[in-house]
Amino acid sequence: MTDLCEGGMDDLWSITTLLLQVWFSVMIGLIMIPAMFGLSLGVTSVYIQILVKILEVTAGRLIQREGGSMEQEMGELRRYRTQSISRGEFALSDSFYFYRKGLESIVDDQVTQRFSSEELVSWNLLTRTNHNFHYISLRLTIIWGLGVIIRYCVLFPLRITLAIIGISWLVIGTTLVGFLPNRRVKNWLSELVHLMCYRICARGLSATIQYHNKNNKPQKGGICVANHTSPIDIVILANDGCYAMVGQSHSGLMGVIQRSMVRSCPHVWFERSEMRDRHAVTSRLRAHVAAKRNLPILIFPEGTCINNTSVMMFKKGSFEIGGTIYPVAIKYDPRFGDAFWNSAKYNMVSYLLRMMTSWAIVVNVWYLPPMTRQEGEDATKFANRVKSAIAHQGGLLDMAWDGSLKRDKVKEEFKEHQQKMYSSMVVGTKARNSQEPHTESTKS
Amino acid sequence: MHIVIKLFGVPLSCPITNSMNIWFSCFLFIIVTPAHIVRLYDRFEALDKEKTGHLRPQDFGAINRLAMNPIGDRIIGAFFSPGQETVDFHSFVRILAHFRPADKKHPKDPSMPEPVNSRTSKLKFAFQLYDQDKDGKISRAELLQVLRSMLEMQVTEEQLESIADRTIQEADLDNDDAISFEEFRKSLEKVNIDHKMSIRFLR
Repeated sequence: MTDLCEGGMDDLWSITTLLLQVWFSVMIGLIMIPAMFGLSLGVTSVYIQILVKILEVTAGRLIQREGGSMEQEMGELRRYRTQSISRGEFALSDSFYFYRKGLESIVDDQVTQRFSSEELVSWNLLTRTNHNFHYISLRLTIIWGLGVIIRYCVLFPLRITLAIIGISWLVIGTTLVGFLPNRRVKNWLSELVHLMCYRICARGLSATIQYHNKNNKPQKGGICVANHTSPIDIVILANDGCYAMVGQSHSGLMGVIQRSMVRSCPHVWFERSEMRDRHAVTSRLRAHVAAKRNLPILIFPEGTCINNTSVMMFKKGSFEIGGTIYPVAIKYDPRFGDAFWNSAKYNMVSYLLRMMTSWAIVVNVWYLPPMTRQEGEDATKFANRVKSAIAHQGGLLDMAWDGSLKRDKVKEEFKEHQQKMYSSMVVGTKARNSQEPHTESTKS
Repeated sequence: MHIVIKLFGVPLSCPITNSMNIWFSCFLFIIVTPAHIVRLYDRFEALDKEKTGHLRPQDFGAINRLAMNPIGDRIIGAFFSPGQETVDFHSFVRILAHFRPADKKHPKDPSMPEPVNSRTSKLKFAFQLYDQDKDGKISRAELLQVLRSMLEMQVTEEQLESIADRTIQEADLDNDDAISFEEFRKSLEKVNIDHKMSIRFLR
């Protein structure tokens, strides 16, 4: 009896080792090596397409999103009228649009909205994006259950393994490169190591990144500014080029990573005490930029993570350094996973776990043409100019509210704008109508 | 509001989400709470900058989007009963409840009082925004006032008057040169009030 049991145990053990071997060879052969060389087997794009089809078929439109422009909404409100809309004129129901907008703004302000996640039009089978969920159907629940199993049991272990491999490779690789004395070879190797590691990490998140306008890519000695949604932005951007990171030096695992990264090429890590002194920060960054052979600095001027529907005020510190600014717009596709890091709600670990159990991360990155500060333009104006360019390109809202703007004046302008829009619907076509009085009488 | 659960020894902090039914709460160890009330209370507190427990018209005026709404003042006025200068949380929620989407699942019980978010109640609320002196009729002057707020300097006074005349002509059935609540209701009978006067996330 015991012989049989032992035999059974041996079999189990050999099966396990075999499985592990298969697992690792699949990982290395199919995922890591192509990732390191920037090739793609096309598996991820196929996966994304299948996912989109499934989501469209199953989830459909579960959550109605409010909105539509004023014209759209007014048109819908007036649809019941027998006369055509083009005649303009006022309808008693027109005011409903304004009432609703007013009440909506009382309940939730745009200013507070950008610090909470974007609400989707239709549910993407992730519980975390389910704000208004009601139990809909058994079929949907089963599909959701399947999704949970796939995400947590199949995708998650794969991604964790990749992430661990990626980070360890970064630490080991950069430390090794740090021992080399020669300048040119060292730079080339360190770039290679960084790129490989970030590519592996990106695969570890099932990230599909589309880069636009690569000719505007940030050059050495420049400053790259981008809108900030999550810590993953760094991985996204570094997949296509090498940057010098700027940030606070941490302890623990992050500290180990930071220290080893510095060995192979200069990054700018600040101690906590240094961060308070703005002059010290600016001068150090200026020194880095001045050495033209250094990699471009990567800065997120918003200072905090925003939910990727709008761009907040840029802190002017980054724009006082001088040098050429290379703006970059990053827009995540919210259908596949909510990439926004709400640092008040989640800490880094739970955020990363959420990221690794989302469907995928689909990003669009636009490189914008470089900008420099013009004669007589102060840092704030320059920052706003860059911000508008980024917001415009990424299809994000350009938040204009700022303490320094005169509040009353801005309000009046916006109010007039609304009135203008509305009046063009009511009266705008009246000029046309007044030329045809006989048709009016026949219609009425 | 968070609860902290330990998943495989890693402490994770989860937000308490709204309206999850029992299946999912068992599945995900999350308590069901009426989180919309919590959300509105957070909002109430955020607007109540002086922490008095009441809101005054100035607190509403601080909302940028409301200030640039052409009829923002009227909407603010709807929160304050005549003679009152403050509104507490209870009244705040009651007014906002007008904009809850109607509950289609439960049939209307004729013995119960009209729910505050039924079609009739929503129409009454809209009617009161026009009828500022609360005499039960929208007079020509009141209509002109609303038109003036919505169109201000974009149209001439004559155009405003002709629009007002036309509107009353269309809606006024008993020829008293004013629009009563019944006439108001009749002229809007085809409008999907529930859709147009509801804020989805107040369900």
